[in-house]
Amino acid sequence: MNLIESLERQLEPNPNIPDLHPGDTVNVHARIIEGEKERVQVFKGTIIRMRGKGAGANFTVRRIASHGIGVERTFLLHSPRLEKVQVVRQARVRRAQLYYLRERRGKRARLREKRT
Amino acid sequence: MKAILGKKVGMTQIFDEQGKAIPVTVIEAGPCYVTQLRTLERDGYQAVQVGFEQVHPERLSGGEKGHLSYSSVPPLRYLREFRLRVEDEIEEGQRVLADVFEVGDQVDVVGTSKGRGFAGVVKRYGFRGGPKTHGQSDRQRAPGSIGAGTGQGRVWKGQRMPGRMGNARVTAQNLRVEVVDAERNLLAVRGSVPGARGGLLMITQARKSKELFKQRGE
Repeated sequence: MNLIESLERQLEPNPNIPDLHPGDTVNVHARIIEGEKERVQVFKGTIIRMRGKGAGANFTVRRIASHGIGVERTFLLHSPRLEKVQVVRQARVRRAQLYYLRERRGKRARLREKRT
Repeated sequence: MKAILGKKVGMTQIFDEQGKAIPVTVIEAGPCYVTQLRTLERDGYQAVQVGFEQVHPERLSGGEKGHLSYSSVPPLRYLREFRLRVEDEIEEGQRVLADVFEVGDQVDVVGTSKGRGFAGVVKRYGFRGGPKTHGQSDRQRAPGSIGAGTGQGRVWKGQRMPGRMGNARVTAQNLRVEVVDAERNLLAVRGSVPGARGGLLMITQARKSKELFKQRGE
């Protein structure tokens, strides 16, 4: 085991973050600092990719904001600024990166729900 | 004594108290041994010679073994000198571990940069090269004019031209120590460090650190 791994192993998985997958609709509770104050902001959307491993692992959430504008935000999976992540819905998807959602809007951007 | 030898392991990132991600270079630092003290009387200058990385004794020449036997340290692959003012508490044979540094210290890291071979002027000096269009041919990475005409009759000394690049001693100054773990011989400094992974590094207190200026009373 090299030293980088041993340093990264110290990262304890955040107990408030479940296993995430592309296609999941999630509520991401992120702590943000506004001037002096700190508050929790919720970002709700669909995970379009999971990326990286170790300390740099991250995921991108896409949501449609007002006026149909797509907004994507990338979060570091191990960031202490992530309060918690709730999985609202899981979808059946056939690829790891759902970039095709960027070209679709409305009904065509739907994802099939995962059957369990 | 704030000096140690180490090996570059690679880069990763850690999070600080505010949750900011900090890019760090992980260094396997030590255990090192003080192999010799250079003194004004004997050598004409003051320095501490430090050795790093234990090897099988057969890897060393007789001369190297003999040199190390004076300070009775294990067989070591690398020896480097640090120009430090010799303090009283430094002794030959003394072990040096990563905990000579503390989190927050400013350090300089010396390494050997990656060799780039015979490089052109665009890579080596950041020249812009020539135009891509307007009927140009074979000029995209050319250096352009290298001097005046027949009046001058020669090219100035020091004119930057293609040549060997990299594989040279490079110092990264004023890096902040972010992690120290002497048990695992681990040191992590903020930002990048010269050289390839596995390359030898010399880490010292930064020459331009505020702490050092304070010590000298400036």
